[in-house]
Amino acid sequence: MDFLNDANLTPWLIPAGPLLAFLIITLLTNRSKLVAATDQHEYGGHHPDYDGMRVPVVNRYSRVISVAVGMAGVIFALLISWRVLADASQLHHIGEEVLASSIAWMDTGETSFFMGVLVDPATVIMLVMVPIAVLMIFIYSIGYMAHDPRQARFFALISLFAGAMLTLVVADNVLLLFVGWEIMGVCSYLLIGFWFEKESAYKAAIKAFTTTRIADVVMLLGIAYLYSVTGTLSFRDIMYSPETLDLLATTTPIILGGWTVSAASIIGIFLIIGTVGKSAQFPLHVWLPDAMEGPTPVSAMIHAAAMVSAGIFSLIRLYPLFAAGGDPHHGILTEPLAFMAVVGAFTALLAATMAVAQSDVKAVLAYSTISQLGFMMAALGIGAYVAAAFHLITHAFFKALLFMAAGSVIHGMEHGEHHAHEHGEHDHDDHGHDHHFDPQDMFNMGGLRKTMPVTFWTFLIGGLSLSGLPIITAGFWSKDEILADAWLVLEQYGSGAHALVFVLLAAAAFMTAFYTMRQISLTFGGEARSEAAKHASLGQGIVSFTMTLPLLILAVFAVAAGFVGVPSDFPVLGPIFSPKYNAFHHLIIEALPLPEATAAYASLPDYHPHAPPFNIVPVATSFLVALLGLWFGWRMYWRNPLKAGQQDPMESVLGTMYPILKNRYYLDDLYEKAFVKPSQWFGVQVIAFLDKGIIDSFLHVIGRIFTWLGDLVKVLNLWLIDGVGDGIPIAIFNFGGWLRRMQTGRVQQYMLLVLVAAVLIGIVLVLSSGAVELQ
Amino acid sequence: MIQIFGIDALSVLIFGPALAAFVVAAMAPLGPSKSVGRWTALIFSLLFAILSIAVFLDYQAAAPAIGDDQYIVAQDAEWFSALGARWTLGIDGISVIMILLTGILTPLAILASWNIEDRSNMHMALLLFFETGSMGVFAAMDLMVFFLFYELTLVPMYFLINQWGSLPKAGIKYSGRFYASTKFMIYSFGGTLGMLLATQLIGWSAGTYNMAELVETWPLFRQGEALLGIDVSTVKALAFAGFFVAFSIKVPIWPFHTWLPDAHGEAPTAGSMLLAGIMLKLGAYGFIRLVIPLFPGVWLTEVVLIGVNVATLFAILSVVGIVLGAFAAFGQNDIKRLVAYSSVNHMGFVGIGIAVMAQTYAQIWTGAQPGADVQTAILATNGTVLQMFNHGLSSAGMFLLAGALYHKTHTRDLGDYGGLWVKAPVMGAILIFTSLASLGLPGLNGFVSEFLIVRGSWPVFTGLTAIAMIGLLFTGGYILKGIRAVLHGPFNLRWRDYDLELTPAELLGMIPLMFLMLLTGVYPNWILPTINATVTTLFAGITG
Repeated sequence: MDFLNDANLTPWLIPAGPLLAFLIITLLTNRSKLVAATDQHEYGGHHPDYDGMRVPVVNRYSRVISVAVGMAGVIFALLISWRVLADASQLHHIGEEVLASSIAWMDTGETSFFMGVLVDPATVIMLVMVPIAVLMIFIYSIGYMAHDPRQARFFALISLFAGAMLTLVVADNVLLLFVGWEIMGVCSYLLIGFWFEKESAYKAAIKAFTTTRIADVVMLLGIAYLYSVTGTLSFRDIMYSPETLDLLATTTPIILGGWTVSAASIIGIFLIIGTVGKSAQFPLHVWLPDAMEGPTPVSAMIHAAAMVSAGIFSLIRLYPLFAAGGDPHHGILTEPLAFMAVVGAFTALLAATMAVAQSDVKAVLAYSTISQLGFMMAALGIGAYVAAAFHLITHAFFKALLFMAAGSVIHGMEHGEHHAHEHGEHDHDDHGHDHHFDPQDMFNMGGLRKTMPVTFWTFLIGGLSLSGLPIITAGFWSKDEILADAWLVLEQYGSGAHALVFVLLAAAAFMTAFYTMRQISLTFGGEARSEAAKHASLGQGIVSFTMTLPLLILAVFAVAAGFVGVPSDFPVLGPIFSPKYNAFHHLIIEALPLPEATAAYASLPDYHPHAPPFNIVPVATSFLVALLGLWFGWRMYWRNPLKAGQQDPMESVLGTMYPILKNRYYLDDLYEKAFVKPSQWFGVQVIAFLDKGIIDSFLHVIGRIFTWLGDLVKVLNLWLIDGVGDGIPIAIFNFGGWLRRMQTGRVQQYMLLVLVAAVLIGIVLVLSSGAVELQ
Repeated sequence: MIQIFGIDALSVLIFGPALAAFVVAAMAPLGPSKSVGRWTALIFSLLFAILSIAVFLDYQAAAPAIGDDQYIVAQDAEWFSALGARWTLGIDGISVIMILLTGILTPLAILASWNIEDRSNMHMALLLFFETGSMGVFAAMDLMVFFLFYELTLVPMYFLINQWGSLPKAGIKYSGRFYASTKFMIYSFGGTLGMLLATQLIGWSAGTYNMAELVETWPLFRQGEALLGIDVSTVKALAFAGFFVAFSIKVPIWPFHTWLPDAHGEAPTAGSMLLAGIMLKLGAYGFIRLVIPLFPGVWLTEVVLIGVNVATLFAILSVVGIVLGAFAAFGQNDIKRLVAYSSVNHMGFVGIGIAVMAQTYAQIWTGAQPGADVQTAILATNGTVLQMFNHGLSSAGMFLLAGALYHKTHTRDLGDYGGLWVKAPVMGAILIFTSLASLGLPGLNGFVSEFLIVRGSWPVFTGLTAIAMIGLLFTGGYILKGIRAVLHGPFNLRWRDYDLELTPAELLGMIPLMFLMLLTGVYPNWILPTINATVTTLFAGITG
């Protein structure tokens, strides 16, 4: 097997690097020494002090080697991805032709289940985005985690995370995708709870895992169902095969058969629920904001490059299944499509409203992620396949940028706080951080544009891209395309779902621009509102360098990534960037079944619709909402910067809504009361009431009955059987006692007895020998 | 079949451990130090482990040539001619997996009890003696021999729990181990009474105890006629009930499971490992080997009052076990009981897999539904057998870790731990790994089998499978609860001066388990073709 030279085998190597790095770090290079748990230089930060105890802290060589191994793994993945991309570009007609290979993985009766890799257009776009974004996150982690006592473990886990994501990307079947999906879930659990001594961290970790697992078990059913209908889980055999899609779309489902839905619809909805969990859509979005408890590179990993993108990516992979039986471009939505459109659009708006009232710098970004994922989900729901994929890519770049820039801000604030302490400008205790000070609270910031200029400019670029600032940012092009698709069908067919998506997404886009500007203004605008903010900086050296470089590189992508998908008929810019055709559209659409193949099946739509023609309404809407939102934000927060201790002007604007939004509509509390507590109560009751109370009590009653019966028998024994049974030994005993009296100790008596006995024996012998005949 | 000094490997695997047990036990009064006894036990058990691996590989190599015969018979000799029982040993793709599991787990259990000081020779001897019993069950092809060994496993386990079980809690005079061991013994023994009668009945009326023959003849035996003056189907239903109850207790199928948390909770580490790892499999194995092929008709009988057939009832009970087992584990504060209830949860999947197999097998055999989906049943059965193997690995691993913690801290209360990952990084990582395997994380062993079972049961018991997903969700709940209580949070300074890290022996015990968990998750086809071939043959035998 020549993995490097056989283009069909090379994709296997893509996840291999990070996975191997995980194993090497975990098994070999993660070595630690024992250090007193109060030493601030090597042990501290997010870890509590333990008086008089020594704890393992990664030693210096181990730290360096582990980081090097982790970096080597991800760089290897990047290089191999480029190699695979080069191979893929050699294919004459990617889509019809793919790079693929597989092995028999699991015997199933006379057949086997095959596991393998697949490089088709959907894989290609992910291979462009994921390795670069992941590499940036790795570089950033070198600096961000430089003082953590468990940095080697961090690199091991984040390598596994990257390996799982890359596995998911190159997977050629739903099961392998699910493998990568779940391993990522575990990595996010372990990394959100990386500072596992903190209550908020492990609670967030458990919440993330449990919430996504609700969705995952449903998804597992969907996979099992898909497998039982089609007998395969291979993407090519299902998603690129019109016969299979038609079979799915025309089969009556095993449940809800009376509702005139198809098996494809039920399977589709099950699979989409998986993404609702993974990509944090309503009502399972609650885990994502809490996931900020992890170190910031993890947030970037989860929110941008890997985890949540995986959810949308899987929907992109499975899209032909969802659309089978409907025709979204003619306003006919199947149940899964409608489900996605409604959930996505609703989530986009809901999360945007929550973001408006947040004060934590990462929380705003977290809600914006939920909201932007809602955009993608809604886009897929209305059939805007290309736009969804496009937004997935652009979003990954600018959101990774934003998270890491926010991480720099937090790091800078912590640095500033530390600095302020050292110079005695506070009169707190001398133990590291003041626990009342929150380095993530935007109301403690302000004026950071002066102290952290690189962070400011890159954050600004990312923020504007998120807001969809027209023309120059990537976010504009991808968002605009979603609206254009929605408008087209709305205009032509008056489709209600498309209208809903258009209106809700436009409103969400407006709020996005507004809260982003609010965030930028609060963080970087005005004057410093705390001592920490006054002294905030990344310092000098390796930490500063490794945390700044990724921001600069990603900032380039946050702008440039948009120009690969400029509609070819866009005035002025279209002919410049897309002279022949919209390159992105042209590529990604080939992941879907060809129209020639699907034409023969009435149940299947045309999966290759033309790109929406230029229309002034959606473009004007995009312009308007972005600029208006930015303008409002600028007016409220930048032009009149907040003073220290001043109230958020949103409070007076929103009135009673403000606490509701800030508290996430109290959904978390509701879930806690409605699901978590009752489950815990029920768990205890199962043991106490059911197992111990009923089943064991029943057994004990039986036990008692038999014990009682046994006692009864015992009593009977005493009277009856023992009366006879014991009587005989007692009689013998008594006889013995009587006999004992013969032992008097007098020799004469003994001699007499011997004599009598001898005479008696003699008589018996003589008689029995027949010497004397008795008549 | 491999021969050792002219004796077939299966006989060696059965009698060898008993002999080794005798040697180890006899050493104690002779005087050599405890470590000699430990090493002797370990070396013997390793030899048997190697032999069982060899038997597995040998079977795997020979399997393609077996053709339509399911078994490779190793021994067939005169034994109890008055009854007609013969000493017949043989293996197929299902039993060889169980023999492999038994062979691997025994040395690991010995390693886990390396630190036992109290009568350690006897402890090791009982572990080896248990191996004899379970090897006998898996290798037996004669119903009487099967029964004999099935009962034999109870003896060492009873003494292990009764003598080496948990220490009494403060303020309580008697340790829970006496209650637990008595409950275990009476429950198991009582359960097998019906099985003994049924075994006798079948052997007496069919004139043979040979399982392979009985599978052919017993289901057809005097159909429509009378036996003992009663309609034969009633007799068969009664015999079925005898087996059903005995095996259901062992699996355990809800509501026959309440002996298990007590026994597991109170047993010493090695006892829990073998109990969960091997003993529970005896029940599941009995269902697959005996109850399904011997009584196909009965599985389709409608149960009075409930209105579903026996197979469906079995599936319902299994799903109840999955869901309530998960909730009970979630509600536990005792780490060993938590793991014990996780067995109820996981073995529930074995149960539902058995139900699918039973229903499909019966439908085809009786002709009630000749077109039943064989592929689905094959997947479910493959998943069931693999799940038995996987649960053997992960539950043994979980009990080893829980036992290691208990041994060091003398508490099983989850509330007493906290933040231990700080001081015991290796133990923490291994605990997380094993817990995740138990959780069914894709990429590790449990997922493959659970997926196969879910896939197999979905078309057959759709609603029940959906309900079982609640159990799967709460599997996550209790696993995370366990990890959280042991490892997360600020370090509990009560253990500041304790060494909580795994001992070398414990670590050595975990490594093979973890390796197999990973291997099975990444590439199940190292073992699955063996299962698959037998299962496919089994179904081909009734369809063709």
